[in-house]
Order: sequence, then C-alpha cells, then structure tokens
Amino acid sequence: MSPVPIPRTKREATQARGPYGRVGQIIGELDDRLGVAKGGRTFLDKIFPDHWSFMLGEIALYSFVVLIATGIFLTLYYEPSQTQLIYHGAYVPLRGQRVTAAYASTVDLSFSVRAGLLMRQMHHWAADVFLGAIVIHMARIFFTGAFRKPRELNWTIGLTLLILSMTNGFIGYSLPDDLISGTGLRILFSIVLSIPFVGTYIAFFLFGGNYPGTIIIDRLYIIHVLILPAIIAGLIGAHLFLLVRQKHTQFPGGGRTEENVVGSPMYPTFMAKTTGYLFMVTAAITLLGGLAQINPIWQFGQYQPDKISYAVQPDWYMGWLDGALRIMPSWEFTGFGHTIPFVVLLPAVVFPGLIFTLCYAWPAIERRFTGDNEIHHLLDRPRDRPKRTAAGAAMIALMFVLLGASATDVLANFFQVPLNEVLWTFRILVLVVPPLVGIFVWRICIEMQGGGADIGKRKRAVLMSRSATGEYTTVPTAPQPDDEHEELEPIPVPVHIELEPSGNGSDDSGVRTVTR
Amino acid sequence: MTDGTDHEPTPIEVANFDDPHLQVAAVDPERAERAIAVYFFIGMVGMGVFGAAYWQNWKPWTLGLSLGVGLFFIGFGLSAWGKYLMPQGPFTEARHALHSSLAERDAIAAALTERTGVVVRRRSMLLGLLGAGLGIFGIAGLGFPLLRSLGPLPGKAMTKTNWRKGSLLVDANGRAIHRDEIDPGGLVTVFPAGYENNDATLAIDQTVLIRAQTGPLVTEPGRATWAPDGYVAYSKLCTHAGCPVGLYEKELRLLVCPCHQSMFNIDNGAVPQFGPAPRPLPQLPLYIDESGFLRSQSGFDQPVGPGYFER
Repeated sequence: MSPVPIPRTKREATQARGPYGRVGQIIGELDDRLGVAKGGRTFLDKIFPDHWSFMLGEIALYSFVVLIATGIFLTLYYEPSQTQLIYHGAYVPLRGQRVTAAYASTVDLSFSVRAGLLMRQMHHWAADVFLGAIVIHMARIFFTGAFRKPRELNWTIGLTLLILSMTNGFIGYSLPDDLISGTGLRILFSIVLSIPFVGTYIAFFLFGGNYPGTIIIDRLYIIHVLILPAIIAGLIGAHLFLLVRQKHTQFPGGGRTEENVVGSPMYPTFMAKTTGYLFMVTAAITLLGGLAQINPIWQFGQYQPDKISYAVQPDWYMGWLDGALRIMPSWEFTGFGHTIPFVVLLPAVVFPGLIFTLCYAWPAIERRFTGDNEIHHLLDRPRDRPKRTAAGAAMIALMFVLLGASATDVLANFFQVPLNEVLWTFRILVLVVPPLVGIFVWRICIEMQGGGADIGKRKRAVLMSRSATGEYTTVPTAPQPDDEHEELEPIPVPVHIELEPSGNGSDDSGVRTVTR
Repeated sequence: MTDGTDHEPTPIEVANFDDPHLQVAAVDPERAERAIAVYFFIGMVGMGVFGAAYWQNWKPWTLGLSLGVGLFFIGFGLSAWGKYLMPQGPFTEARHALHSSLAERDAIAAALTERTGVVVRRRSMLLGLLGAGLGIFGIAGLGFPLLRSLGPLPGKAMTKTNWRKGSLLVDANGRAIHRDEIDPGGLVTVFPAGYENNDATLAIDQTVLIRAQTGPLVTEPGRATWAPDGYVAYSKLCTHAGCPVGLYEKELRLLVCPCHQSMFNIDNGAVPQFGPAPRPLPQLPLYIDESGFLRSQSGFDQPVGPGYFER
C-alpha cells in the first residue's frame, strides 16, 4: 500500500475518508493497526439459529451479568467479618442484640442503603435464575445430542460451570451469617468430616480450626467475590469462544445441513434481539427482586451455634443433596478404632461425585455404546434417541424426587401425615420413580417414531372420513405430496440489505441486484 | 480504503424479496414501528419513574416495579425491532471443517516427536532432576505449607468439651439451674458455667436439659444416678450432621433435629428412633449439689456430634 499523506485541511480529511465517511475512517485506522476488517466482517455475518431453545443459554449468560452488577453493589456495603458487636443500625427490633459484623452489615444494606434491598434480592433471585437456566440449557444440549463430537469439550466446560456456580451459590447464601445459612455451614463442616482419612484435617484447614472458628466468613467471601467468579467468567469466555469457533448446532430440515448454519446474522438482527433479551431477563429478575421477597434474614436472626429454626431448607439447587441426606438409612461403620459415617459420606460426597462423573463421562459412554465417532452439527430429535432420552428423563426424575425429599417435614405438616410415612414414601420413590420414568419415556419415544415420523414436522398424515351419522374416523395413511413440510431454501448473507422494499418490487427473476 | 480507488459497483446476488422469511416486517412495517415506539415510550416512562422513586426514596417495591417495567419494555421494543423490522433470512453461513490437512498434522506430530526425542534421549538425567526439584517445590514448598497454615491440626479438639466433674449447668444468660425451677416437660439449653458466652466453645458444649419427670430417670443400665429428679441432659449436637437438636416433642418424649428429622427417645438414652442419625446423643451425667443446683458428674463419655474418621 502506498504511503498515506496526513490530511491537512478539512476538505482533504473528508476526501481521505472515502465513501463510508467516519465509519470507513475509523475502520481504516483500526485495520492498519490491528487487522480487524476481514475478521470483523465475518463476525457481523455470524449466523445464529432462530430456534427458541437456543436462548436458554442466553438466560444463564444474562443472569450472570446481573449477578456481577448487583454483586459489585453489595460488596460496597457488606462487611465479611465474624467480629461480634452490639447492633445499633436501622432495623429497630434488632437493636441492642449481639450480632456479627457480617449479619449487621447485610441487614443495614437492606434497610438503610437506598435500593439496597432491591439489589440484594435481585442478586439472590439472579443466582436462582442462573442455576435454573444452566440446568434447562444443559437438558436441551443433552436431549438433542449437542454434546457429541466435536463439542465434548464444551459440554465439560458447561458442566464445570454448573458445579462452580452451585458452589458459589451455596457460599453466597452463607455470607449473611443468619440463622439458616449458619446451619448450612454446620452441615457442610459435618459433610467434610465424614470423608475417611483426610476429612477432619480438611475441615480444620477450611474453617481454621474446629467449628465454627472465627475466619470462615472472611474466607468464603474472597472465594465468593473473587476466586470463583474469576474462574466462572474465564470458563464462560472459553465456552463462548468454542461456540464461535465450532459454530452453532441446528435442527435438521428447512435447508439446514451439516455443511451450513442457517439463521439470523449477528448484525443487526441477532444483536437487536439478544440485547432486547438481556433487558428482558434483567427486567424479570428486577421484578422478582422488587416484588417477591427472598431470604428475609432479619426474620431469621443472627446465627448462633446453639440455635436452630424449623423448616430449614437450602436454595433449590442444593435441595437434591439435602433430600439425599434425609432419606439415607442411618449406616455407620465403626471398627479398627475408626468411624466411617456412610449416612453422610454416601449421600453428600459419593452420590454427587457419581452423578457428576456420569455427566462428565456421558459423551464418552455414548460414543462407546453407539460406536459413533462422527462429527455432528445437526441435532437429534429426542424421540429418535430413545435410550438417551430415557436416561436423561430418569436422571431428571431422580433429581425431582430428591428435591421433594428435602421437604419431608413441610410435606408431613402440610398434608397432616406422619413424618415416618413421608420418609418411607420417598425412600421407595427414589428407587422406583427413575426407572419407571425411564421406561415410560423410552416407550413414548418408540411410539412417537412410528407412523408418519418422516412427514412434515409434527403432522401425521391421516384420512378423515365422516359417516352418515356424523361420526368422524381417522385412518393413518402414507404421506401425500401436499403434506410435505415447506422447505425454505436458505440464502447467503447479503452484503447489502434493503430495509424498505417497495412492495415486492423485485425484477422478474426474483433476484435483486444491488450495488456496493 | 484510503487510496480512493476500488469503489466500482460490484453486482452481488442477494435477497429474493418474494421469500416470505425475508419480507421486512411480514406485518405492516409502519404498524410495527408505531408499536415499538409505544414500547420504548413505556420503557422511558418506567425509567423516569424509577429515577423519581430513587430520588424520593420511595418503598423498595416501587423501585423494583418501575425499573423492571422500564427494562422490560425497552428490551421488548428492541427485540420486536429485531424481529419485525430487520432482515430475517433464513441466511446461511458455510461451515468449514476445523481440522487441518493430514500433512499439517504429520508435520506438527513429527516436530514434537523429534524435538522431544532429542531432549529426552540425551538429557534424561537433567529432566529427572528438574522434575524432582519442581515436585519437591510443589509438595514441600507450596502445597503442604499453604494447606498446613490454613488451620491447626485436629489433635484432640474433636474429642473434648468443657464439661468437667462438678461443672455448674447454666443457661445462655449464665443463670444456674435450681432443682425446683423447671416443671416436668420443660427444656433449657445449658452450658458449663463460664463458657456460655463464647461461640467457639458453646458450639461444642451445648447440651439440652429436660425435666422428664419428677422422680429419677434411668435411661440405661449403669446410668442409675445420671438423671436425678428426672433431669436428663444430652449433647445438643445431632450425631448425623451436627445441627442443634432443638425441638422437643413433649407428648412423645422425643428430641427432634429440625435439619433432617432425626428423633431421639429421651427415656432410653436418646437412641435414634427415626431418621438418619446413626448413634444416640451422648448423655451428660448430672447430680444436684447441696444448694440444689444442677452440676455434671463428669464430662461426656464419648465425642459429641457427627461421625468422623478418627472417632
């Protein structure tokens, strides 16, 4: 390229900009230094599939944005310390009581900081929404086979994100040092204690001594606001990088093949839709935070190791572990001078370890059983993979039964039945329901595959006739030509998009020629 | 870009506008535009109300409602703009295989193998020493000290409480318990005198004192003198997950843990009657001193709380 003279007059400057004015100039300057033009253009053209299920991951991403924003606000007022003090703050019923600085600062940021309560409740709701969105997003990935080669690594990253987010959710829930969260920490200490050989040591190192110690809140705080968020943010970056590098999966049909991606371009269509979606997700969390009370710690009171509250439940995403703890039979091994409390070790350490290992290993397991080592960009319909769909449904059923089991006391109270019966019901349900659901779902998948599986999208061709008495009968029939789902041939991304076509005024060929 | 040439019109084949998916606003574009304008306007109003609510320090729910409505309608308008007034396609993007050519794969594999071969074959002793040095640094220099300095070793901490022979039972306010003070069915959480205000010790020492009846209660053979006047004391730490066993069912004579619903029968040595707790709550032997106050005969005869490996 010939040397470019530096423009000296306004006229020269305008000329130097070329036909695209300031935008062209800025692009030119950036491109000279960073080489952004080619890649940037490719990025503008990046295609996002339009199917609704692709926005589930976006909910997770945007609630993470809300978590960061509200979390930064909270750090400005929260004091991570177990230092004892006499409360003199804004909440009158608490005045004169002995509390910790962590609890007092959480109550005060709720009551005497403007919009503090809104921000705290939004933060808590955003965490619940975040975890929910991750789980539903993962279910979509699982049931449609999007984790298959080449995307196993992104499945692994996503699963790690789920585990880290659960952990950070639990830690965040512990920070206010209220009666309920403190009980959660007590149970955590006991769970760590249950690990053979090293449990007692790990527990003492984690808490800086025997329970409760004086330092756990400080430690959890730095893990909650720095260490885990940094790892989570980095993994989200890697997750999205892989998504761009490997491009999206898509459902078959409508001109979608293994060799293309069909949908809306990054700019402007997807960008407008997804930014709007960011606002709507934030709006939903704001409305929840403003209108639906969550975790009113001033009603629970300060945590004291000898106090306890009735109906202690963790946030929903930890419920399955609490349920497992409740329904486990009271097995404990004692001998050789040692104790292994299987009653805690199995449901709270071994069981989640097995579940997550199974999830991590699933792509490899499936590859081994199907012998399928091909690269897949087109998604499966769940019915076409009955065994996988059944396995996923059984897993979800197991989680729901365990979640229900974490509310045995509430259910017994609500339905006025003996706790013993509720407990035994769940012990039986946890063994019976997952296989039953699996078999049921497998059967339904087989049924749905039958008949006109290859006709259209959801239609099954039938011949319908009406008898003389007005009775309708339907008979399944072979596909008719008219039943074919309308196949729309996709078109390459245009360089130049006319935003205001005058009617349908294209030329006779239906192809419009535009100039660049 | 800056050289002023290469701006000749280039014909490009695009956009069949008969394609229903590509029709800009399948609905009437002007109607869509009006609707979006209304959404944005409501969003603006919501934001304005939020500003006023924040400025005037209105109730928190007004902040949430106004901000939520404002954000929602801005987002809804933006999404509708994208959906109805921007090109919908379907557009395609070609998907290219990510992998390199076989020759390129071989080239990198060959380079790695050959260069590593040179290093390892000739300098295996150096590699071994380097590895050993880094390993020792990792374990002895980083891992162990970092972990070790996080907290003390457990030692005997898990097996000890502050209950001693003759410890005076006091409640959370430090008041001693007189033999006439509690009616049958009554319950109070007690601590050894002098330790009732310390979170670190009361977490371990906490004990429930129940007046089970008026006469002495023998919970197990060999514990004949442990519950004088029907005052029976058990460790308050659940043997399951360490929660305080804070509920007492007076009619059923059961101590209930609210966390996971383990139930302990106070009459037979707090044997778990229901739920996940694997062991009875340790019982604290009591006596009544000459002034009529309750004291402990000794400490607990076993570690309190949940199970752990060294127990």
